[in-house]
Formats: sequence, structure tokens, C-alpha cells
Amino acid sequence: MGSYLVKRLAYSLFVIWGAVTIVFVVVRMIPGDPAQLMVGAEGTRADVEALRHRFGLDQPLPVQYVRYLGQAAQLKFGDSLRLEVPAAEAVSQRLPATALLAATAMVFGVGISLPLGIFAAMHRQSILDRAVSVVSLLGQSVPNFWLGIMFILIFARGLRWFPSAGTGGVDHLVLPAATLALLLVGVLTRLVRSGLLDVLDEEYIRSAYAKGLTLRRVINRHALPNMLIPVVTVVGLQLGSLLAGAVIIETVFGWAGVGRLLVDAISNRDYPIVQVAILFITTGFILVNLLVDLSYAYLDPRIRYR
Amino acid sequence: MTVSSSPAPARPGVPPEASPRETASQAAVRLRQRRRAWRLAAWAVPIVAFVVVAIVGPIVVPYDPVTVRLGERLEPPGAVLADGTRAWLGTDQVGKDLVAQVLQGARISLLVGVATVLAAGVIGMAAGVPAGYFGGALDTFLMRFADLQLAFPSLLLAILIAAVLGRSVTNVIITLSVTRWVTFARVGRATTLATREREFVMAARATGASTTRIMGRHIVPLTVTPLIVVATVELGLVILAEASLSFLGLGTPPDHPSWGLIVANGRNYLSTAWWISTIPGIALSLVILSVGLFGDQLNDFLNPKTASK
Repeated sequence: MGSYLVKRLAYSLFVIWGAVTIVFVVVRMIPGDPAQLMVGAEGTRADVEALRHRFGLDQPLPVQYVRYLGQAAQLKFGDSLRLEVPAAEAVSQRLPATALLAATAMVFGVGISLPLGIFAAMHRQSILDRAVSVVSLLGQSVPNFWLGIMFILIFARGLRWFPSAGTGGVDHLVLPAATLALLLVGVLTRLVRSGLLDVLDEEYIRSAYAKGLTLRRVINRHALPNMLIPVVTVVGLQLGSLLAGAVIIETVFGWAGVGRLLVDAISNRDYPIVQVAILFITTGFILVNLLVDLSYAYLDPRIRYR
Repeated sequence: MTVSSSPAPARPGVPPEASPRETASQAAVRLRQRRRAWRLAAWAVPIVAFVVVAIVGPIVVPYDPVTVRLGERLEPPGAVLADGTRAWLGTDQVGKDLVAQVLQGARISLLVGVATVLAAGVIGMAAGVPAGYFGGALDTFLMRFADLQLAFPSLLLAILIAAVLGRSVTNVIITLSVTRWVTFARVGRATTLATREREFVMAARATGASTTRIMGRHIVPLTVTPLIVVATVELGLVILAEASLSFLGLGTPPDHPSWGLIVANGRNYLSTAWWISTIPGIALSLVILSVGLFGDQLNDFLNPKTASK
């Protein structure tokens, strides 16, 4: 287990390095001179040169890359061009809001889809099972930005139950979290249902029935623990689309998280913020997947890593 | 389907269309297969309808990106306009008919979806098949690179690339191809690995066929079936990703009314004109839903053993 942990950590570091590199390469592909863009139309040639020197843009690319890696390791990404604070600081301030939104959506998503999927599997082919299938398919098909707008239209503008935009108390959190959670419900419910159905076909389940256990006990003690691994894997992987979804949903609901900061920074061409926001979100995703992988050993005693 | 071995005598009760050499159970299998093919075709109807609408729609109701009619702005669905025509889906904030916009948007969705799936498929195959066939360093490098890319939530990578490239239909296709090739590469690689050691590939190698020929003539055709299912699933994802990018203002430019862009345009008029944001979203949901349903059916049809319960 110990060496597996080291191996897995090293791999995560490698992937984070890859993400840092991809961001470096893509941002350097911006057509035109970033210094020129920053200075704007009024800037003199001397201004541009000064800025190029300040950001090290006059250095050859490999030198820039090594310097950039060194800065990234210290979380120094330069100042935001608009906000005039270090970009890493500006993004960190927004992290709790995004984390709260994503975590709430995750809790609700899992909390709804687990019972729904179990119920559908236990009442297979019933009308309610079909209804659950339809709802989960809809949850996967409906674009989340549009769903968010429909929620605003119905629950904020129409019924006036919740505010339509902004960051604040629980009432501000309900609509964006519900929008994000629904996407998750679509994916997870199907998975829980088919996973449970697969497990219920196994021999040991028949044995469990044969020794006289109740349906409830078979499900709780024998079936559920064995379908947790695919569910936990998909929950970890879904966090990626949840975070990407948060970027969109924060924009829809004016939620002051990293995602909205990112979208604003893109329209302002504030590239230090864009870099940091993308790196922070990606790193969070990588770390959660690391935790997911490590949790396998606890969920499944058969998995013992050398 | 013809039977080559031991001709069985015709039995009573065999359907008249069955050839005399066919047994009852074989006829039943054939009938079941035909029924499954028809069912699959039925699930394709909504997609065919979408394709027809996307191609023919803008010809019937042309979209005019230039003309604005401020006197007819924010008219509700069904309103009669000054020239006597009816705006069945209403008008937007500059008086443009939503029918024309939604039809043009269908064309953009279809164009971006098909072009991206083709481009990503070709890139993915070009990387995945040689990686699986040769193995070794090439395989390790390509698959590590694919892993790195998968560490990015794909929409986030798309946002980054789209922000750098700028808004245009071509750039959306480039962006989404770059973010989606990995899936095709993985499937192409996995199929190649499974095929590489099979007898007919060995036979081709033994007869002296070139590597290019083996990959092109013997392996690639076998990757088509698994890739069709992947391509269908990806088509829905790409259409959704395009709409999301356009919604964020990173996709199609303002004169190309993609569905995501129309939804974004309507956001400022939710209280007065609900239809602008609502209608393109319904169209989008229906298309993605039909593609998803068809993908499920196609998977069941091609892989009956793993058919969903």
C-alpha cells in the first residue's frame, strides 16, 4: 500500500506537470504579442519592450518555460492585469465559493441518485423504473446552462421563491446547486441501477437468499458494498464535468466563484488569471481522483496494492 | 442468410418466405434480426428529421444576419408582423424572426457536430491504430499524452483553446476536435490490440503484406463497428459542447446564431421575452436526447450480449 501511494502521488504530480505544460503551450499560441495586447492601442514601442522584458517574453521559449515551471512550483503566476493583485490570490479568494457549490451539488446528486437507482433496480420494468430511466436520460441530455435559465425563469422570475443571481446565503445556493446536481443524477442513477442489477445476478446473492436472508439485508449487506466501486469511480470522474459545469453555472447565476472569474478574465484577456484558474480547477480534479483511487483499497478488500 | 451444411427437410409451420433449406429456429432468428433492424431504424427517425431540417430549413426560411426591425422587437410567438407574416416562434431583441435563427442554428449544430466527429475520428485513428499495432515507445508516448489530456475536464480545455483561438465556426471545430480525439484514439488502440494477433492478420503478414496494408485493409475495417457507437455518443457531446462554448461567448461569432448563442442573447430579456432563451434550448435538448437514445439502441444492436437491462 505504501509504495502504491508513492507511485500514485508521483503519477498525480506528473499529470499536474502535464497540465501546467499544456496551459503554457496553449497560452503561448495566442496570435500576436501578449505584451502588445496588454499595452493596448495607445502604448508606445518602449512600453511594449518594457513589458516584454518584465514578463520575460524577450527570452527564448525554453528559458521562458523553465522560469514558468519555477514560478508555478511557488504558485507565483504574476499579477492579474485588471485586478492588480497576484493572480493566485485573486483565484484563491474565489475557491471557497466554487467548492461550496460543487460540494452541495455532489451531496445532492449522490443523495438523490443512490436511492433512486436502488429503487429502480428493485422494481425493475415497473412504470416507476421506466420513469426513473426517462428522468435520468433527460438529466443527461438537457444542457445545464439552459436548465439554469429555465430555473431562473420559473423559480426566480415566476414563483419568486429564490433570487435569480448573486452570491449570498442558502437561498442563493439552491438554484445553481440544483442545476448542477441534476446532471449528476442523470449519470449516476443509471449507473447505480445497472450496477445493482449486475450484482444481483451473481451467485453469492443467490446463496444469500438461499440461506434465508431478507431482500433488504441482501441488498444492504451483499449487493450495495459490491457496486460502490464503479459508483465512486464515476463520482470522481464526474467531478471534472461538475467543475466545468460550475464554470457555466456560475456565469448563469452570477455566482462569485472561480468559474465566473475565469469567464470574465477571458473576455478581459487577463491571461494570468486564466492560467491560474484553469490550473487550480484541474489540480483539484486530479487530487480528487487520487483520493478516489486510494479509497478503492478500503472499499474492496480484494484490492491490496503491493 | 443461407445454410451450407446438412439440408434439413422443410417442416410444417415454417413461414412461407423461409427457404426450404431453413429450419424453423433459423427462420425465427432471421425474423428477430429483421425486427431488431427495424426497431433501430425507428430510433433513427428523429435524427434523420434533424438532419433534414438542418439542411433544408435555412433554404425554406433564410436567415438574414444583417436586417434588424426594431419596430418588431420582442414579439411573442405567433405574433403577426408588419408585413403580414407570422412569427411562429416570436422575434428577438432586434426584431429577427426566431424560426429562421433556430433553423440556422440547427445547421450550425449539425455542421460542427459532424465535422468535429470526423476530424477527431481521423486524428484518433491515425494515433490509436499505429500505437496499438506497434506498441513500444510510440504507444507509451501517445497514451501518456492522452492520459494527460484526460486529466483536464474536456470542456475546460475547450474553453482555454477557444479563448486563445477566438470566435469562429472553424475554430470551434478545431477546438472540439483537439479536445475529443482521445476517445477515438483509445477505442482505435484497444481494437487494434485485440485484432493484431488474430489469424487473418498473421496470414496477411505471412504473405508479405506491408504494414500500411495490414493496418489499412485488415485492422481499420474492424475498428469501424466499435467506433460507430463512440461516434454517436461523441456527436451528442460535441453538439452540447459547441452550445456551451457559444453560450459563454467563446463559440460561434454573433452573425452565426448557434443555439447556445441564442440562449445567451435571450438571458437579458427573460422577464419580457421568455421565448428567446427557451425555444433553442428545447431544440437542443431534443436533438441531444434523440442522439443519446439512438446511441443506446445502436449499442444494443451491435453488441447484443452486453445489451442494457
